[in-house]
Amino acid sequence: MSSLIASQVAPPVEQAAPPKRKTLARRLIPYGYLSPTAILIVVLMVIPIAMVISYSFRDNVIVQDNSVFAGLANYTKVLTDADFLTAIKNTAVFISVSTVAHLVLGLAFAMMLNTPLLGGVTKAIFRIVYILPWLFTIAVIAVIWRLLLDPSGVVNYVLHAFGAIQQGVNWLGDPGKALWAVTFINIWSGYPFFMISLLAGLQGIPGDLYEAAAVDGTNWFQRFRHVTLPQLRPVIISMAVLDLIWTSQQFALIWMTTGGGPLHATEMLSTYTYKQAFSEYEFATASAAAVIVLLLTMVLAFFYVRQQRER
Amino acid sequence: MAVRATRLKRVIGAMTAVATVAFAAACGSSDSGDAASGGNVTLEFAQWWGAELPAGEFDKIVNDFTAQNPNIKIKLLSAPYASTKQQLITGAASKTLPDVVGLDGAWVNDFAKQGAITDMSKLMTDASYDPSQLASQVQIGGKTYMIPVVNFVYPLFVNKDLLAKAGVAKTPTTRTEFLDAAKKISALGGDVKGWALPLDTAVPNGVQNDVMSWLWASGGSMLQDGKPALQTPAVKSVVEYVKSLNDAGVIAPGSLTMKEQDKVEKFTNGQVGMMIDSLAHINLIKKNQPNLKFEVAALPAEDGYTGKRGIPYASWGIGISNSTKHKAEAFKFVSYLLSKDTNAKLSTIANGFPGNKTAQPDFGDSDPLFKTAFDIYQQGYPANEFVGLPKSEDLMRSFDEQLQLVLTNKASVDDALGKAQQSWSSVIG
Repeated sequence: MSSLIASQVAPPVEQAAPPKRKTLARRLIPYGYLSPTAILIVVLMVIPIAMVISYSFRDNVIVQDNSVFAGLANYTKVLTDADFLTAIKNTAVFISVSTVAHLVLGLAFAMMLNTPLLGGVTKAIFRIVYILPWLFTIAVIAVIWRLLLDPSGVVNYVLHAFGAIQQGVNWLGDPGKALWAVTFINIWSGYPFFMISLLAGLQGIPGDLYEAAAVDGTNWFQRFRHVTLPQLRPVIISMAVLDLIWTSQQFALIWMTTGGGPLHATEMLSTYTYKQAFSEYEFATASAAAVIVLLLTMVLAFFYVRQQRER
Repeated sequence: MAVRATRLKRVIGAMTAVATVAFAAACGSSDSGDAASGGNVTLEFAQWWGAELPAGEFDKIVNDFTAQNPNIKIKLLSAPYASTKQQLITGAASKTLPDVVGLDGAWVNDFAKQGAITDMSKLMTDASYDPSQLASQVQIGGKTYMIPVVNFVYPLFVNKDLLAKAGVAKTPTTRTEFLDAAKKISALGGDVKGWALPLDTAVPNGVQNDVMSWLWASGGSMLQDGKPALQTPAVKSVVEYVKSLNDAGVIAPGSLTMKEQDKVEKFTNGQVGMMIDSLAHINLIKKNQPNLKFEVAALPAEDGYTGKRGIPYASWGIGISNSTKHKAEAFKFVSYLLSKDTNAKLSTIANGFPGNKTAQPDFGDSDPLFKTAFDIYQQGYPANEFVGLPKSEDLMRSFDEQLQLVLTNKASVDDALGKAQQSWSSVIG
């Protein structure tokens, strides 16, 4: 026992090394471990973002060698462009309606899958059915819904059969309906992620809380309001903020269904930026638009990080 | 034990750092593939052609070249059209284009202005190449930057069954006949309409293929001395004509977001009686709907027009990177693809028309419609004024948006053309 204690308290051999060298080596070790991640972050995140920010203050970038400093000209151009303002408005509608609908649908389906009223097999079947939209890639979703929403497609056929419409509705081609149509598609494709996360949250709520509430004579709605929602609050806030960020970056779905049309009715910040860069070759204004989107997204990210810290 | 653990930590830490630096260095020094070693040259050729040809066919053509030129190797970078476009735009911006590039006429001006693709006129002179055998060249400022290797024309496709059912005896050759036929087909009821007009703004080439084609078919032009001329009577008559088709209810619904593939699908399913489309889709239509009876014809012209009819086309063009170290070898490969026999073979398997005037595609095993289309092509002239224009996709999109305003009665034809003219003038004025 005494020998064990002696070995435990014995001074380490490296103490014999010069103190300065030891300190330096010890300091460098963590950086060695961190270096792969640090280099990847710098190469893949910091440098590209810095380049985009620098492009946004220059003119003739990328396409010409003689790019010049343009100050805030690109930002002025973008912020006074009616198409950009339309894109901001459309994006705001698209992401807010999508997020609220994702939340409501996700919570409703999650509660249904968590209810003791359904048997295990029934729940498993519904679980598979509900999660299906999430398993399709965006390209497949776009193709499916383009076919379904075609003026002579299945949706119109069914609505017509039930007498809801008299003639084929042009869901994606009518400027008054296109934004709602693509929002609907996005809701359909995105709610399962909410559902799964909220289901996990629901399953983590202790049954004691519901039992105590029942003893207090509460009804279903009161239990939902005073037990379920407060318990799910951290999950709901995290999911909502993340969904706002992800939906604001939605590009593929819009591009493959409407391309931002008709008449800019579904123009989003993502499609606007893409057109500036790859159609007009205006990489400077595209960069300015991208920086504005980055700033808007950072506001959401700030709330997300703050909420995570609070947890 | 503690000493060993500390040493181990240090060693691992140091190794990780070294490995990371080595990895980063390796990333930084990676070659673009434009490598020459031991007298051999490897040329990278980025294109979308391989993805559109029957599997392995393009490799055979390339292998024949490498067999004839053992010191030149060709590395094919085949990807779908959209991916190739993005890859080349990025490559042009960063001056890292592959040695040889497949080009669409819509990109040439921008790439040439960026200095990303080279002047091939000089290479032709250096190689004593006779350009008179070429069907066309895309030139900017008198210098050739792209040579069309295979051309795909866009004739009028007509569903013969629908036309017969509608009581139209002959394929329309004038605008009046077309409107009349379209009305009669639409009167058949159900989901059937006379014509499909894809105006999706994501890929706005409907303006080129389905709208401006009416102008070119009557010998008209949207340019004057290289400048936009959209407020001419000829262009106005086209927009008014398209509006009249729309007002008559003969255009398939959903045209404002309709894509080219939707148009082909509707024609294939018998939902539209007529469309202007690439000849390359004949096999696709026949594969998906073997019983569909259709024919191809020249585009209808203005009533009374007797001149030659322009027929829109798209090309598999080819260009050479300005940054390649092997321009002579790259041009050798280009001239091989444009040689009489190779070009004929490539055109045949692509169901297109050759870029070499002396090449004769073999219609022996092809659908007879290709022969008909070739006759139409030879009787008229290939017309596509968007080829070689700067930001041509953007020009199409701005015209598209104005046309959509006209079709939705939100702008008059004159106002729309005025705004389109203004928009175009800011790009090519």
